[in-house]
Amino acid sequence: MNLAISHIAPRPRYDVKQFVFSIGLIATVSLGCYSIAPVVGYRSIALILLLAVSFIAMVCDTKPVLVSAALSALIWDFFFIPPKFTLHVDNAEDVLMLAMYLAIALLNAIFTLKIRKMEKSITGKRGRQRAIGLYNTLLSSLSHELRTPLSTIIAAADNLKSTNAKLSEQNKEELLEEISKASLRLNEQVENLLNMSRLESGIIQVKKDWCDMNDLVHVVVNRLKENAPTRIVNVVVKEDTPLVKVDIDLIEQILHNLILNAFQYIPKYCVVTVRVSFKVDKMILVVEDNGDGFPEDERDKVFEKFYRLKNSITGGTGLGLSIVKGFVEAHNGTIKLENVIGGGTRFTMEIPTEITNLIPLE
Amino acid sequence: MSIADVLVIDDEEQIRKLLEITLQSNNYRVKEAITGKEGLSLASVSSPDIILLDLGLPDQSGYEVLQKLRIWYTKPIIILSVKSDEESIVKALDHGANDYMVKPFRTGELLARIRSALRNTETDIVLITSGNLKIDLSLRVVLKKEEVVKLTATEYQLLTLLAKNEGRVLTHQYLLREVWGAGYITQSQYLRVFIAQLRKKIEDDPNRPQIITTESGVGYRFVSKE
Repeated sequence: MNLAISHIAPRPRYDVKQFVFSIGLIATVSLGCYSIAPVVGYRSIALILLLAVSFIAMVCDTKPVLVSAALSALIWDFFFIPPKFTLHVDNAEDVLMLAMYLAIALLNAIFTLKIRKMEKSITGKRGRQRAIGLYNTLLSSLSHELRTPLSTIIAAADNLKSTNAKLSEQNKEELLEEISKASLRLNEQVENLLNMSRLESGIIQVKKDWCDMNDLVHVVVNRLKENAPTRIVNVVVKEDTPLVKVDIDLIEQILHNLILNAFQYIPKYCVVTVRVSFKVDKMILVVEDNGDGFPEDERDKVFEKFYRLKNSITGGTGLGLSIVKGFVEAHNGTIKLENVIGGGTRFTMEIPTEITNLIPLE
Repeated sequence: MSIADVLVIDDEEQIRKLLEITLQSNNYRVKEAITGKEGLSLASVSSPDIILLDLGLPDQSGYEVLQKLRIWYTKPIIILSVKSDEESIVKALDHGANDYMVKPFRTGELLARIRSALRNTETDIVLITSGNLKIDLSLRVVLKKEEVVKLTATEYQLLTLLAKNEGRVLTHQYLLREVWGAGYITQSQYLRVFIAQLRKKIEDDPNRPQIITTESGVGYRFVSKE
């Protein structure tokens, strides 16, 4: 899986814009100074120009700062230090001033360089820390979520194999049932990891084809109910719904993850409802339940990778919902999560799509 | 039915072992091959009744083996693969596989698929039944709970095509080409509409179809339940 998630935004390179800006600013400030020079005296002008260079150092890279330092020194010498319009300087005091000016302006450029370097290393470190953090979360989540079912399988199989243990037929059946449940859970985790790596690597290609949502929703619901026959799922799809053009594989996974997520978090007697409806050029997909709802303060985080509710007891890598979000966004769609008044959770997805009406055909 | 010979071509020892136990305990005779080359030669020597083929073999791709087998081998081939994407499935079916099962699979499901694949090859069938649905191909009549179902010509053609290939997934493209013609293979919306219409006429509950099931993204399958 690609874990280089954080990437350091490259600073704008010394592009032409920065040079144009620096030179333009120096020129403008010099022009302004030229008009007030008779009043304030040519020596104060040096300070104003230095201020301009410092400002450039704040926003630009080193090279434009160097250029503006040199340029402003030349301008001060040529246009302001008497005799005007020559590079010649008469006065020993002015020679010193000019040298000081140049030194301070150049120091500006050097400080800029240092600050930029520091910034870079800080963002770099932060990026690495973030990647390491994610990696650790993934590892701890993985080792827990894969090892728990694996331990169940290994232990149960050992138990069944052992000739010492006196297992009743009922014990044996329970152990077999545990093996079966653990394998399904393991399979679910692997599926999620594969999907996540598909999303991370950015190779998700949305392959759209005409889809009968009524059929698809029932396929997903019927399949999930094979392993959870007591769960109640209510499907609200009007008969003769129009066909939509979507990636069937991705929409199937979205529905699968959302319904399974509900199964994991709501009490067994609660109901999951799946609704499909249409706006002009959009399909509205709703998966809601009448469970306890999401804690308000965690609502925004549930789509984050590896996020799991603080008090969650059930297994999960925290990938299911971020995959849902990724697949919805691959369709240029949006997803929102809200708590239903009176208890429960509602996921609403709006997915832009071509829509065609079902016309009875001969 | 007499005991059938099954050839398993898979390089994973655990899977071979599992299949051997499962198949032998269900009265099949099992032969095993580890590579594509070995599989091809074993198939030509022993001429099995059905072949279970893995796509990820060490020496050549399963698709190649499938193609080479299909030059002369006309009996059923079922693919067992960890690849679960629609593209791989459709490709295998288009290369002549009768069925495709994604690993991990349920053994009960596999045995059912093997049974129906073998049943298909038996004889030219005239009467096909699935639950309370009867299709009489010679009289061109479809009965639901002993009552005649009125089908349009296209609906009848689609239903009988699926029914004659009972137990087998027919891909969207295949169905479109056979029923509507080569110019229609991208017009999947026709197929969706007709399947929905057909289900309303022949299924007890069109939302839980028992006769024509959906293999989403791949195709449809006619299931013959006794």
